[in-house]
Amino acid sequence: MIKLENVSKEYVAGVPALSDISINIDEGEFVFVVGDSGSGKSTFIKLLLKELEPTTGTIWINDKPLNKIKRRQIPKLRRNIGVVFQDFRLLKDRNVYENVAFAQKVIGENNLHIRKKVSKMLSLVGLAAKYRSVPRQLSGGEQQRVAIARALVNEPKILLADEPTGNLDNNNAWEIMKLLEEINNRGTTVVVVTHNMEIVKVMKKRVITMKKGVIVSDSKQGDIENEN
Amino acid sequence: MKISSTLYSIQQGIKNIWRNKMFSLASIATMSACIFLFGLFYIIVNNFNGMVKDAEENVAITVFFDDGLSKKQIDEIGKKIKKRGEVAKCIYVSNKKAAKDFGNKMQVKTDKTEKNDTNKQKDVSLRNTKDQTNVTDNKGKLPSNTAEILKDALKNSDHYEVFLNDVSMQKNLVNYVKGMDGVRKVNHSKEIAKTLTAFNKLIGYISAGIIIILLGVAVFLISNTVTVGISVRREEIAIMRLIGATDFLIRAPFIVEGIIIGLVGAILPLILLYTLYGKIIGYIKDRFSVINNIVSFIPVGQIFTTLVPVAILLGVGIGLFGSMITIRKHLRV
Repeated sequence: MIKLENVSKEYVAGVPALSDISINIDEGEFVFVVGDSGSGKSTFIKLLLKELEPTTGTIWINDKPLNKIKRRQIPKLRRNIGVVFQDFRLLKDRNVYENVAFAQKVIGENNLHIRKKVSKMLSLVGLAAKYRSVPRQLSGGEQQRVAIARALVNEPKILLADEPTGNLDNNNAWEIMKLLEEINNRGTTVVVVTHNMEIVKVMKKRVITMKKGVIVSDSKQGDIENEN
Repeated sequence: MKISSTLYSIQQGIKNIWRNKMFSLASIATMSACIFLFGLFYIIVNNFNGMVKDAEENVAITVFFDDGLSKKQIDEIGKKIKKRGEVAKCIYVSNKKAAKDFGNKMQVKTDKTEKNDTNKQKDVSLRNTKDQTNVTDNKGKLPSNTAEILKDALKNSDHYEVFLNDVSMQKNLVNYVKGMDGVRKVNHSKEIAKTLTAFNKLIGYISAGIIIILLGVAVFLISNTVTVGISVRREEIAIMRLIGATDFLIRAPFIVEGIIIGLVGAILPLILLYTLYGKIIGYIKDRFSVINNIVSFIPVGQIFTTLVPVAILLGVGIGLFGSMITIRKHLRV
């Protein structure tokens, strides 16, 4: 599903953000990517979304090498990858329904289809009753749920979550993680970049640990390197 | 592009304009000013061209004689003129014929404007004036130097009408004829034609200069409006990119915005020009019937058949250009 082979990325020549990393994530996996600031986690996400090009190495998404994908094909790639961020990135002037429907509108779906899909997604994330609320009327956890609904409404095979609990209190963080787990149980491959080690330990999922652009460990069932 | 995406782009384009009302208004106002001036100069230049054409069709010199010149002397002058290589035709017009032609001419003119009571009165009065004479051309149009000819005709209207093979030789011929014994005055309409042509050119250059400057300002303002629109929607654009919107869908609302500004900026001045032109022509015809007899204005319909599509294309083109260069600069998707 996701494969990185000897991937390096240098923003400035001679200063690697990622150094020769190789990862293989299978379909339906739930993976945590952990590491300190500057470890290369965000670069990793950007490379998967083809926001950045690797300096060396090859990345495959759904068995397609990203370096073979032309510029005009990037939108199609991104429709197969849902993404959520720490800061939710919702449209503040639109309500919950419109925020989720937005993802369908930009791919040209018709209104009838959009209505059905958005209702289904809002039910999944537990916000069906709040579809008319605007982001400022929602809690952080609820806003993140809207972001997850928007990321999933186009039915991507992969969901990337970049610090999804970073702005949330403990209870909300756990609710979001449970939601992500449920989404994973439905068959979506989930990659969560986080530094919340408590969650990582409890969830008992695969953990890839990065440090200074290098993978220092790749362990199953929540086993984390001692230094983390 | 799907219908829903097209509608989305149009909707967002209109929203952009609404969100940046002041910038959009400034852009539309500048565009309107630009198109208004373009239209105004187009109308002026076209009417002048018409007048110049009329004047050029009457390129002839009129030779008047000293008082008391005998028929023989007049014939002698005629022979000398005819001998000149640049002379195509030299016609003797007697006092009586000139008066008759002028009367007929005025009848033709006034018949064309029956509704104009002032003209009718003038026509009657002119036909009743026995001493009044003038020269008309073969096409029934009055030469542009009618007023001067009329004045001379009141004194002594026997004259030669001299038509040339080559109008550029007119000056030489005029100098030659002026130097002949027995010639009192030489009128030559080419001077008017030349003046009109020169004036026409001047207007053309001035209008081109002003329009180019205004076009630049319009492009700059539209570009600024679109830039503001992009910065206001930066977050939305970033989200669109992440969820798989195509480059075109991201850019389309800004292109729509530029086109709408251009279109509105073209339609408003066209309506204004259409109204003003019709009214001004009507006013001139009503109030200045003398001018009406000398010059003919191009009809509103004829002017706007060309002006409307040209102005709309210009407005939309500028809007499109302004938004495209801004998108290229600020929206690398």
